[in-house]
Amino acid sequence: MGEFRMPSLGADMEAGRLVEWLVKPGDRCRRGDIVATVETQKGLFEVEIFEDGIIGEALVQAGQRVPVGTVLAMINPEGAAAAAEKAGTVPPPVTVKAEPEQLKPAEVPSERPPVRAERLACSPSARRLAAELGVNVEDVRGTGPHGAIQRIDIEQAAQKAASSAEAAAASRPLPAAAGTLQQGMRQAIAAAMSRSNREIPHYYLEMEIDMSRPLHWLEGENLKRPIRERLLPAVLLLKGVAKALRDVPELNGYWLDERLQVKQELHIGFAVALRGGGLITPAIHHVDKLGLTELMKAMGDLVERTRAGRLRSSEMTDTTITVTNLGDLGVRAVYGVIYPPQVALVAFGRIMERPWAEGGMLGVRRTVTVTLAADHRATDGHRGSQFLEALNRHLQLPEEL
Amino acid sequence: MSEQATNSTTYREAVKMAIREALIRDERVFLMGEDVGYYGGCYAVSKGLLAEFGPERIRDTPLSESAFVGAGIGAALGGMRPIVEVMTVNFSLLALDQIMNNAATIQHMSGGQFNVPLVIRMATGAGKQLAAQHAHSLEGWYAHIPGLRVLSPATLEDARGMLWSALQDPDPVIIFENNTLYNLEGALAADAGAVDIDSAMVRRPGTDITIITYSASLYKCLDAAAALAKEGIEAEVIDLRTLRPLDDATYLASIARTHRALIVDEGWRSGSISAEISARIMEQAFYELDIPVARICSAEVPMPYARHMEEAALPQVDAIVATVKRMVGHG
Amino acid sequence: MTEKELKEIVFTELKKIAPECDPDDVDPDENIREALDIDSYSFLQLIIALSDSTGVDIVEADYEKVFTLEGMLRYLSARID
Repeated sequence: MGEFRMPSLGADMEAGRLVEWLVKPGDRCRRGDIVATVETQKGLFEVEIFEDGIIGEALVQAGQRVPVGTVLAMINPEGAAAAAEKAGTVPPPVTVKAEPEQLKPAEVPSERPPVRAERLACSPSARRLAAELGVNVEDVRGTGPHGAIQRIDIEQAAQKAASSAEAAAASRPLPAAAGTLQQGMRQAIAAAMSRSNREIPHYYLEMEIDMSRPLHWLEGENLKRPIRERLLPAVLLLKGVAKALRDVPELNGYWLDERLQVKQELHIGFAVALRGGGLITPAIHHVDKLGLTELMKAMGDLVERTRAGRLRSSEMTDTTITVTNLGDLGVRAVYGVIYPPQVALVAFGRIMERPWAEGGMLGVRRTVTVTLAADHRATDGHRGSQFLEALNRHLQLPEEL
Repeated sequence: MSEQATNSTTYREAVKMAIREALIRDERVFLMGEDVGYYGGCYAVSKGLLAEFGPERIRDTPLSESAFVGAGIGAALGGMRPIVEVMTVNFSLLALDQIMNNAATIQHMSGGQFNVPLVIRMATGAGKQLAAQHAHSLEGWYAHIPGLRVLSPATLEDARGMLWSALQDPDPVIIFENNTLYNLEGALAADAGAVDIDSAMVRRPGTDITIITYSASLYKCLDAAAALAKEGIEAEVIDLRTLRPLDDATYLASIARTHRALIVDEGWRSGSISAEISARIMEQAFYELDIPVARICSAEVPMPYARHMEEAALPQVDAIVATVKRMVGHG
Repeated sequence: MTEKELKEIVFTELKKIAPECDPDDVDPDENIREALDIDSYSFLQLIIALSDSTGVDIVEADYEKVFTLEGMLRYLSARID
């Protein structure tokens, strides 16, 4: 029997609100199916299931906010459920026999009676405030003495709920209508970026890349394409990054448990700015395996769904490296902050005409400044510069991208 | 208040002014107690009064608390308005039978025919190295007794103004004067007079915690509140003033704002006035509390003589600051 | 198609991309990508949408000509049948 849990949709996520069940108990699910929507500080996400099976009874109801890791429903194996369906009864819990053994009092001395451990410590005033503000004290983590829930915990929970509800309301029916910066997302970004700045020793490398060839090729390509299939320069840049990462794989992975864990899969987080403020970096899966047309489609789909608040949980959790294209609108160079536990962030400035000296001649070329922010615990500048050189090399051969 | 309208004086002088005023205003008033006349009072409160008012009204008594408190009760029943001074609260235990079985109960036992308009003043509290037979704070015991009103003036205004109000009460009133306060200096309005003896007072407003105290501990709490303010914690300090009947409304209203309560009481913890207040908060303000009520009381030992031991046994500013920080979540 | 109708179409499409903006407030000579914070992806969507509603295909080499409202209207009206 498997468990379907509240997923962690990012290093900064502590809890999420189950907004909607998209399946019913008894429904048959396949790995990768979207079974629920979950709301976090960053908005609304579609959550996938990672196991085949039959959905059991919902242990968490729509509307409830629970910590990451909370079991939302059991996933029953196909066979057992099928048998049960035939017999018309619920399958007996398999663990029944094991339990009495485990509970032999003499062998398993417990420090406290279990009843006490279950008891929720909440100050009377906090309890009343929770009722007034519509906060479920069961969902609140206490910060008072012995973990007791106090007024401040309720106030903060209410504030969080209000801001994430606001963010969700703003991102659902009228996604682009979010005129003000959403407080919840700001907090989430603040937490992740503070952690990054605190923990990750960043180093930065910068390179100016001549974009004449790739853009010339792209313009020729776009002329041949119907308007809906036109490619953006960002696609070339993304694909170039993917190819360069195959040459320098150490930049694609996580720093976890005090060591670098290089990832085989290449899921590039693509920074999407939300109108009205805030930023989400959902992953484009397997960028190395996509052709340019597919990549353009994937990117377009991702931007649309990000701004509509319909991202999938795997798009929030799988990112192995982040690319930001902040220069799309103006700035020449971007020095990024790595999103933990990733170990690198590649940033592009604006593609613009600049004087370019080559072979003793001065000319005007369209160039882009690319910067690499990398975690010095995971890699050194030498490998980082090899990555930028590889990126340049691949971009100069656009027909092979 | 303007310069012209105040006088610099002491708590001792304020008490003396109150007694003088009472003697002048009401011929039924007289002062009685050990050494109040020729000696001028054990704490020099009545110095000079014998010369001014004569031995009929400033009466030295034998060393028998039971006898002269009993005489005071009799005089009150006979239509006088006696002020009886008992040297310390420890000695008052010798008169406890008179105070409780007579003064506090005669109205009841007489079916309402007789009131006892008696005022008893007594010194209380530690801090002067007077040790375990002179230095306890037993106000809480007296506050246990129905039929008595128990006052605890901590400021010059109250020292000056509570006596006259007490004399107007048709029933027995006990005024506790903490011995460490007699030398307290400060400004007192030239026209200072009677004050109310029913209500507690907020001596320092604050938003984060309510500190409930009385008598000399008030100043420790105010010092602690000043120190806490520097760290961003705003403590509200409440001076109870009247220990019986307790003014619940004032501290309950404060707790409704701060959601935290600390009681600082120089008495012993077990069965104390602080225990009573804590119980009332639980009964009447349970749903306002964000953290359990805390108490800082004297150590449950006979009051030591050695200075450092005596200091260790009493509530002190450091302990108040530390406890508040812990309660407010900064510790 | 009148100039007014054309303007209506452009404004409608702009509002879809940047709903919080008021195109009336944009200076006709201002770069709309900068003024309305429209990234290259959204700009491409605008080009596609305008192609659908007017039948005019703005080729990539001409993007520069339609960065302002004035330029956009001139470009489109010159090419609409």
